[in-house]
Amino acid sequence: MAEMTVIEAIRSTLAEELTSDDRTFILGEDVEAGGVFRATEGLAARFPGRVIDSPLAESSIIGISIGAAHYGMRPIAEIQFADFIHAGFDQLCSEASRWSYRTKGDSWLPMVVRTPWGGGVHGGQHHSQSIEAYYCHMPGIKVVAPSFPADYRSLLRAAIEDPNPVLFLEHKRTYRLIKQDVDDAPAETRLGRSRITRRGNDLTIYAYGLMLHESLAAADTLAGEGIDCTVVDLLTLNPLDKETVLEAAKMTGKVLIVHEDTLTGGFGGELAALIAEHAFEYLDAPIRRVAGPDIPAMPFHHAMEGFFMPNRDKIAAAARDLAAY
Amino acid sequence: MATVTMPQLGESVTEGTIIAWLKQPGDPIKLDDPLCEIETEKVTAELPSEYEGTMGQILVPAGEVAPVGAPLCEVEVAGEAPAPAPAAPTGEATPAAAAHAEPASGGGWSGGPMAIPPDEPPASFPAPTGNGHEPARRPAASPAREPVATAPRPGKPDDRSRFYSPAVMRLAREHGIDLAALTGSGIGGRVTRKDVEAYVQHPPETAPATPSPTTAAAPATREAAPPAAAGPFETVTLSATRKTIAANLVRSNLEAPQAWTMVEADVTGLVALREREKAHFQQQEGVELTLLPYFTAAVCESLRAFPMLNARWEGEELRRYHALDIGIAVATDHGLVVPVVHGAGDLSVAGLAKRIADIAQRAHARRLRVEDVEGGTFTVNNTGSFGSIASKPIVNHPQVGIVTMERAVKRPVIRDDDSIAVRWMMNVCLSFDHRALDGLEAGQFLTGLKHRLEAIS
Amino acid sequence: MAAVRTRRDRSQTRIDDYLLSEAQLEEMYYHMLLARRLNERMLALNRQGRAPFVIAGAGQEAAQVGAAMALKKGIDYVAPYYRDLGVNLVFGMDAREAMLNLLAKRDDPNAFGRQMPSHWGNRERHVVTQSSVVATQLLHAVGIALAAKMRNDPIVVLASCGEGSTSRGDFHEALNFAGIHKLPVIFYIENNGYAITERTDKEMAIEHVADRARAYGIHGAVVDGMDAIRVYQTVAPAVAETRGGGGPYLIEAKCYRLWAHSSDDDDSRYRTKQELEEWARKDPIKLFRERVESDRIFPPEDLDEIEQRVDDEVKEAAQWAASQPDPAPEDALGFVYKEL
Repeated sequence: MAEMTVIEAIRSTLAEELTSDDRTFILGEDVEAGGVFRATEGLAARFPGRVIDSPLAESSIIGISIGAAHYGMRPIAEIQFADFIHAGFDQLCSEASRWSYRTKGDSWLPMVVRTPWGGGVHGGQHHSQSIEAYYCHMPGIKVVAPSFPADYRSLLRAAIEDPNPVLFLEHKRTYRLIKQDVDDAPAETRLGRSRITRRGNDLTIYAYGLMLHESLAAADTLAGEGIDCTVVDLLTLNPLDKETVLEAAKMTGKVLIVHEDTLTGGFGGELAALIAEHAFEYLDAPIRRVAGPDIPAMPFHHAMEGFFMPNRDKIAAAARDLAAY
Repeated sequence: MATVTMPQLGESVTEGTIIAWLKQPGDPIKLDDPLCEIETEKVTAELPSEYEGTMGQILVPAGEVAPVGAPLCEVEVAGEAPAPAPAAPTGEATPAAAAHAEPASGGGWSGGPMAIPPDEPPASFPAPTGNGHEPARRPAASPAREPVATAPRPGKPDDRSRFYSPAVMRLAREHGIDLAALTGSGIGGRVTRKDVEAYVQHPPETAPATPSPTTAAAPATREAAPPAAAGPFETVTLSATRKTIAANLVRSNLEAPQAWTMVEADVTGLVALREREKAHFQQQEGVELTLLPYFTAAVCESLRAFPMLNARWEGEELRRYHALDIGIAVATDHGLVVPVVHGAGDLSVAGLAKRIADIAQRAHARRLRVEDVEGGTFTVNNTGSFGSIASKPIVNHPQVGIVTMERAVKRPVIRDDDSIAVRWMMNVCLSFDHRALDGLEAGQFLTGLKHRLEAIS
Repeated sequence: MAAVRTRRDRSQTRIDDYLLSEAQLEEMYYHMLLARRLNERMLALNRQGRAPFVIAGAGQEAAQVGAAMALKKGIDYVAPYYRDLGVNLVFGMDAREAMLNLLAKRDDPNAFGRQMPSHWGNRERHVVTQSSVVATQLLHAVGIALAAKMRNDPIVVLASCGEGSTSRGDFHEALNFAGIHKLPVIFYIENNGYAITERTDKEMAIEHVADRARAYGIHGAVVDGMDAIRVYQTVAPAVAETRGGGGPYLIEAKCYRLWAHSSDDDDSRYRTKQELEEWARKDPIKLFRERVESDRIFPPEDLDEIEQRVDDEVKEAAQWAASQPDPAPEDALGFVYKEL
């Protein structure tokens, strides 16, 4: 299969799952024509009746997927931009996340909600958002945010096969930016596992999505300066692989958490709390976060967008301070 | 000139006692020559030399305790130019003095140098740019708290030489390090985790034997003259082994609610078998054949049938182990030790006999390695060797079960047909951690063991 | 899970005017009465301080039982709402289980003490689990109908709610999608005149919810929800038509909430005694008995016997359920995620 981009990894996996499991189907806006990012291109023709255009109504995309999953199908819903998922928040929060809990496992929902998230594409306030913090606060929903094509493939398959609702976050900036030879690459096949992607003795960086790639780039630069970074690719944000998170923190005692989402109430706060609570005696410096500023959303103009987005330079600068501490 | 330091003999071990120096200054030293004998909470071992050359100065006399990483002696390394005679320490400027001024070693939280004056904010942190950072205002420390030894950058407002992170405090505690002796490479002279780790691995050669407060206070255990026979009692100096045994037994009794049960087994067949085999075995294998390896093999079979006893109660969880790593209690003249036969379940009776003989011999000779005493999953105690016919063992925490092999004795036994016969009978006693299992399972295990012993002929 | 006990000699033959057999009519009366008597017992337990909360369907029994009986038990699905005790009884719940649910007992087959009372759900019985958030279940029903259509399973889904729920976006999204795909789903609106304290004129500018059907390209119908037989006669053909691919229905049953919104509500604040008395004369259970008596379908003593049976069942169920185990505190944990 050789080298493929993130979007190719997703498309090929969707095609494989539609082929191997006749309970799967795709529901979302513009999916029959291939979707705005071309994730479902060609699938409607190959799988007639199983790639279904929905009206522009996010609550219905999720609510209908819930019903179909309850009936025994394996719906793969697509929300065109994560920024618009909030219209379906109620269906995810009040219904999907509690389906198993409130019936004590009598009912369950094998469904996936795929959605492109993140900035760096001049998407402005409503095509750039990070939404993971809202959904990581919902026990009952699994939240996955891969970074490399091979993991997109293995984790999308795992998400589809999981009996629980899974929010599958696809960083839109990486769709065509990140390529990988998926045959030779490591691929995490289980939800709920993180991976230590790089090991170094000076400090530990946690990231996911585009920021994972920026963190790895920063780590490369820093290695040339004699600062060795451990980099953790979180992969699944909820349920979190606490064991790996803590192991990586204990390795260096210096923790740098990176996310695009705004700082306050962001997922980094939970990571920091976890580490402070369970690895306190291993900490050698204050936990440090690099995140978007506390403004409502990413501004459109490229200069302001650049100001908002964390990147390899900002990560490296924070890491240098941390290493020197 | 190389400095030999106290090795870490076993996880969580923080110090060791020099029992005897086997080399004296001026003695020639070859690689791996034993330099001294060290006793720790876990093992007693010889310290082999990693250098070739000539024995130099002894820094910690026999009988004294030294923390892990502390310099013990010097060796003039062959091929190196002989070092000038060590200058006498110059007194107040030495880190030793600092160590006394700031008792840190092993101190944990209380009294440790967590030197943040009450109204100083926690370590302030540079802004992302790293520029224009306004250092935290640090009020003058009260004179009473001011250490005698001066900090690397005394008086500077961004001085962090006495701010110790949790990681640094932990490492210092674990390795028994006096942090005042370290120079920090971090911001404001802060001692970093890596500084401590580097210090542990390569203590500076110039550092003299930093006697920690513990060292100074430790009584000489071995070479002290016996106390005069005066007064109503004499105080027995406790060895590290004795202290460890005491602490473990207390912990086991405090933490694990222990139940006890006993069965008697007719081992006439086993005794006869051993009689038949022992001469041949001794000739063949070179070790004496006792009942213990048979008994241990039967225990292993029973554990395999009832694996809930092959377990350890670790903190909040019960871990049931797949491998049978059987501790064998060995009474030595320096105290009870429980070396472990790892993978006992995979050994034949002959294999067990040899392994048990080996560890017992090494236990008596104080030649056990760290790995010999770690990781046991169940313990066998041959109390019969003291002539006991019933005993109540204490569970070897965190294991959940211990079984004794009592003395086999001839007794009249009423058989099923009401006839009376003379049989070799042996009691087998089990203590178990009742948190981990109930009497039913313990009884099943013990009955299984009894049947296995009785089936041997 | 006692099966409905109809007398063995009751005829299975359909009576022309009714489109129902004697056996079905007896079942209908039994379920309506059981729903009412259970609700009465529940409210009594609440007033005695034995049950923390009651939300009832008094006045809506005909609408519920008549519609549910038009479906195929074990094949069709219902996505009911919290007043639909009658629907659940028809779909297999018995008096004891209703009481377990009220008391949030460990073995309540709906929510095991994890939801407020009357939040139904039972996978095996094809009753879709529901939350307190209204109208969300309409989309779940559409999802089930979509899945069934993709699978070529000849099922019908009935999603019910009050007229208050029709103001929510999910109502619109559900009807819109179902209309586009002509799904086998019936949106069943029990218009009881009130959304807690608000009369329908504060909820909508039209008289009939069913008028909205046209906007979604689906069938609409209005039926007297106080008349169980008329309800059945309206819903049954709609079920047949939608099962055959005729597309969804929006059926509005006009009924009346005879009791306050819940055990915590005082309806004297917002409606008059006179209004209540007027509607009490149209009590659906009373109406049903009058009609079958006057048509001489059953002798009065048969109906008396049913009433006695229901009274006995309810009394026994309440006593039995009270003695059943409560959940342990730590039963709060578990099943956050399904593990297969």
